[in-house]
Amino acid sequence: MASVVLVLWGAATLAFVAFRIIPGDPVDVMLGPQAQVSDAVKAGIRSDLGLDRPVLEQYAAFLGRLVRGDLGESYQLRLPVTEVIGRQLGPTLQLTGLALVIALLLALATALLVRGRRGRAVASGVELVVLSSPVFWTGLVLLSVFSFQLGWFPVSGGRDAASLVLPSVTLALPVAALLSQVLRDGIEAAEREPFLLTVRARGATPRRETLRHTLRHAGAGGVTLAAYLVGSLLGGAVLVETVFARPGIGRVTLAAITDRDLPVITGVILLSALVFVVVNTLVDLVVPLIDPRLRVAEPALRARAGVPA
Amino acid sequence: MTVLARRTRPGHTVALSISGAVLAAIALAAIAPDLLATHDPLLTDVRSALQPPSSAHWFGTDQSGRDVYSRVVFGAGRSVGIGLLATGLALFVGVIAGSLSAVSPRGVDAAAMRVVDVLSAFPEFLVALLVVAVLGPGPTNIAVAVTIAAVPVYIRLARAQTRSLAATEHVEAARIIGVPALVVHLRHVLPGVLGAVSVLATIGIGTSILAAAGLSFLGLGPTEPTAEWGLMLSAGRNLLLQAPWVAVFPGLAITATVVSVSVIGRIVRARSEERGA
Repeated sequence: MASVVLVLWGAATLAFVAFRIIPGDPVDVMLGPQAQVSDAVKAGIRSDLGLDRPVLEQYAAFLGRLVRGDLGESYQLRLPVTEVIGRQLGPTLQLTGLALVIALLLALATALLVRGRRGRAVASGVELVVLSSPVFWTGLVLLSVFSFQLGWFPVSGGRDAASLVLPSVTLALPVAALLSQVLRDGIEAAEREPFLLTVRARGATPRRETLRHTLRHAGAGGVTLAAYLVGSLLGGAVLVETVFARPGIGRVTLAAITDRDLPVITGVILLSALVFVVVNTLVDLVVPLIDPRLRVAEPALRARAGVPA
Repeated sequence: MTVLARRTRPGHTVALSISGAVLAAIALAAIAPDLLATHDPLLTDVRSALQPPSSAHWFGTDQSGRDVYSRVVFGAGRSVGIGLLATGLALFVGVIAGSLSAVSPRGVDAAAMRVVDVLSAFPEFLVALLVVAVLGPGPTNIAVAVTIAAVPVYIRLARAQTRSLAATEHVEAARIIGVPALVVHLRHVLPGVLGAVSVLATIGIGTSILAAAGLSFLGLGPTEPTAEWGLMLSAGRNLLLQAPWVAVFPGLAITATVVSVSVIGRIVRARSEERGA
């Protein structure tokens, strides 16, 4: 719980500090280069925003508003930041959610189905190429082949399920490649362990061997990495949403960066921090279920509760 | 075949020579693009716009009739350069900040590490985007942005290496015979830290090139008519139907570069682990 507060507070503070060292006057940035505004009006805006008060007071006020869930108003759209982000959250959640599912399925399938030295060497080569290709290029190639040449999927935009497939696959591929690499490393390490000899001696089929034993061995590392990668999906969404001309948080982020819309950027930073916190809490709950070795951390507590270690 | 000879896997030599050849070509393109290019990368010729690959234009031409092959050649220096610059900066800053943090009083060290923790809670590409938001777009700024996104890992590794090296016997011995602390650090600790962090950097170059290309694809880096791979891809995005080659070749160039860098990085890491073991 303490680390949750620390990450969110740290993120907010970094955002606050970063935007105080930003070159140029915030009011000029906010109004844009074309604005013809007198100095008196600028001074009025400055005092409205509290920019004429001491920095520490501004910081306290900023944190106070955050605690109440008030992220301020977008400079460009003149809407509350929570509304700007909230409205675009749906499409991005669909995109990243489906991408995560595809990535997990692909990685698990590769781990389960690819066996033997040769097969693993091929898989590892494919993963290297996928990881080395820029995600926006993969997207363009998929779009070019499956939408323009074959006509299987709609080209862009749209809110129907079919238009979600290509963007999700694009976003999922590098995640799947990284995950399957880590899973395979874990499985190979487990195959060198003496316990596997026992498993094989008991006559376990290769499938059971992987499913029940080696994959589980690799699983804890896989889940931890998957959690880290969930965050990276948000970064990837900026590129994928641009390539496929989809609405979403990525587009909001990019627009906010080009327009220097600082309140929106702060909102995105906090959203990302929130995702990190939520996902890591989930991981701490899930990993002990997969890897029993991590459950014996508090043997005394368990003994008292009557749970066998 | 002896046991020793078998330790270098047969695939390694092939992979190493192909990657080496690709990187040599890219290095040549970066240093002396005129030797490889067939056309002026900025020369527009509307009459020959959007021509498919041919003997005159190996990778075809773009919407202004510029030769895509020559633009890919001229783009090498900038695209790879930004990634290299970012990795070099991250290495430099990481080693200094990490080893300083390791030898600082415990309070300072802990505070610095919390900042690193918060920074690494965010996905690298998002951090790079946010830095661009603060600094504004431009080639130098995206290099700095990629540096800041990558640096937490380098700081952590440099700090861990400094601490473990400072506890070794030869460093202890140097201190006991009265070598000044700064000299001990510079002569006995820093070289080891640099070695470990350099291995990480060979692997990080690929990631940095990808991140920099991504930022310039989004229009935050160099601007038209500069030849840069990410920017060229972005221009080719709207021509996929009529002229897919405009986007395909710069993308291939990025992938080939990053694959080669990663292959060599992995071999370097494998060798250094073997030596360590």
